[in-house]
Amino acid sequence: MIERTTNQKAWWLVLPVLVLVAFNAIIPLMTVVNYSVQETFGDNVFFWEGVTWYTEVLHSPRFHEALGRQLMFTFQILAIEIPLGVIVALAMPRKGILVSVCLVLMALPLLIPWNVVGAMWNIFALPDIGLLGRTINAMGIDYNFTQQPGAAWATVVLMDVWHWTSLVVLLAYAGLRSIPDAFYQAAHIDGASGWQIFRYIQLPKMKRVLTIAVLLRFMDSFMIYTEPFVLTGGGPGNATTFLSIDLVKIALGQFDLGPAAAMSLIYFMIILLLSWIFYTVMMRDEDQK
Amino acid sequence: MRRLGWLIPTIYIIFLLLPIYWLLNMSFKTTNEILGTFSLWPIEFTLANYKKIFTDPTWYNGYINSLTYVVINTVISVTAALPAAYAFSRYRFLGDKHLFFWLLTNRMAPPAVFALPFFQLYSAMELFDTHIAVALAHCLFNIPLAVWILEGFMSGVPKELDETAYIDGYSFPRFFVKIFIPSITAGIGVTAFFCFMFSWVELLLAKTLTSVVAKPIAATMTRTASTSGYELGLLAAAGALTIIPGAIVIWFVRNYIAKGFALGRV
Repeated sequence: MIERTTNQKAWWLVLPVLVLVAFNAIIPLMTVVNYSVQETFGDNVFFWEGVTWYTEVLHSPRFHEALGRQLMFTFQILAIEIPLGVIVALAMPRKGILVSVCLVLMALPLLIPWNVVGAMWNIFALPDIGLLGRTINAMGIDYNFTQQPGAAWATVVLMDVWHWTSLVVLLAYAGLRSIPDAFYQAAHIDGASGWQIFRYIQLPKMKRVLTIAVLLRFMDSFMIYTEPFVLTGGGPGNATTFLSIDLVKIALGQFDLGPAAAMSLIYFMIILLLSWIFYTVMMRDEDQK
Repeated sequence: MRRLGWLIPTIYIIFLLLPIYWLLNMSFKTTNEILGTFSLWPIEFTLANYKKIFTDPTWYNGYINSLTYVVINTVISVTAALPAAYAFSRYRFLGDKHLFFWLLTNRMAPPAVFALPFFQLYSAMELFDTHIAVALAHCLFNIPLAVWILEGFMSGVPKELDETAYIDGYSFPRFFVKIFIPSITAGIGVTAFFCFMFSWVELLLAKTLTSVVAKPIAATMTRTASTSGYELGLLAAAGALTIIPGAIVIWFVRNYIAKGFALGRV
């Protein structure tokens, strides 16, 4: 860790970033705040509404359901992607050309535009023309993600696992690579078992990168919009309507700007709060080193 | 266990490649064949879908538009983030921790929240439907990320480097450009890669801020899907082509990518 010196002039170095981000963040955010406390009937005429929309959103079953689905989805993909990513990273080759090949192939899903991911999974999972859909139905399981809520949910989860597990793999792999060979040799001399090596050498070394992985996966899965929108459109019914999808439905579909804005802010606050907790935990660990 | 170790990555990679293979498979079929017969490879192999994309301006312009705003965004993000990341890695200043967290919060802002206000903001500035609008909008999440990654890489450069240069009489700008930047080229490469990646895959904002002139390829795809029926073969070919730029840039940073994903913090 570098010892940092106090220098207030450093603000000048931060200024360009500050201006660019503030322009993009503060003006739109204030617009949202503005909408969230007013009512409009069009023609740019606005009436003060106070906290009406906030109360309405916080009490609406629709919001509760979308939030519930969102939390469930995020929990499930974290529970699958983090362990799976660690297992794959542990089994990856350490040296040679194979490393590059593995890394490049694994990173591929991360670089595909999100709507293409959705479209790709759509044609992959459709029961009539898709490889996955055909295969599952051929095994005697009735599967049609466009009509069965359960199947739609499972397909969205599987798509996310496909799309993002590699991020966890790459992070965990980076953590593993930072372990000097001497550690393994010492463990070997001490006669440590595979589990002990994992528990006392590899896992502690991966702790920091895994915190980053959890933070990034949490944030991104909480904001997920394009992939499920293209794949299922939030359906069937509301089965895969996550917070962002619901928000866009209200804001652009029904043009209820007030409630949509209030919902946006509550939604943003939830992400902020949870991320802040992760971030503080992460930074506390970093400071201890 | 060790001997069977290669099985896990192999199965995982096959799982990753299957949907991509299926997309490629469809892209070489005619829409009639896709809907009419089910086959694991194209029976009537055709390049017509790709030919259409490379000859029809509405299609290939989509790629040019996307690449244009992605490159502009990458240049802006990295250039602005370099001095800021240096400040965060070397100096303590009033409010530095709060500022750093505030920057990160923008990485957490759901694009769905900002879509409508962004449309109004950029319309008011008469930047609607320009490449620069999308490039600037993507700064919202790319600059925080760039600062975060670069800060990680810069903290790995010993401070003696700075001190020696100052003793040798280098001014700050000269030191920064001549000595410091060359010493973190790997970090800059990785950061540029990440900015490229996140700008390339984002669609919600890009679609909201454009209509005709700067329309990204991904939006061309969704609009085609809804207007002229469902031309699956064409859609698959367009999708397959969007994988290529990412695959090319990833090859260049493959040795640093793991470290980059750890945001330089390993």
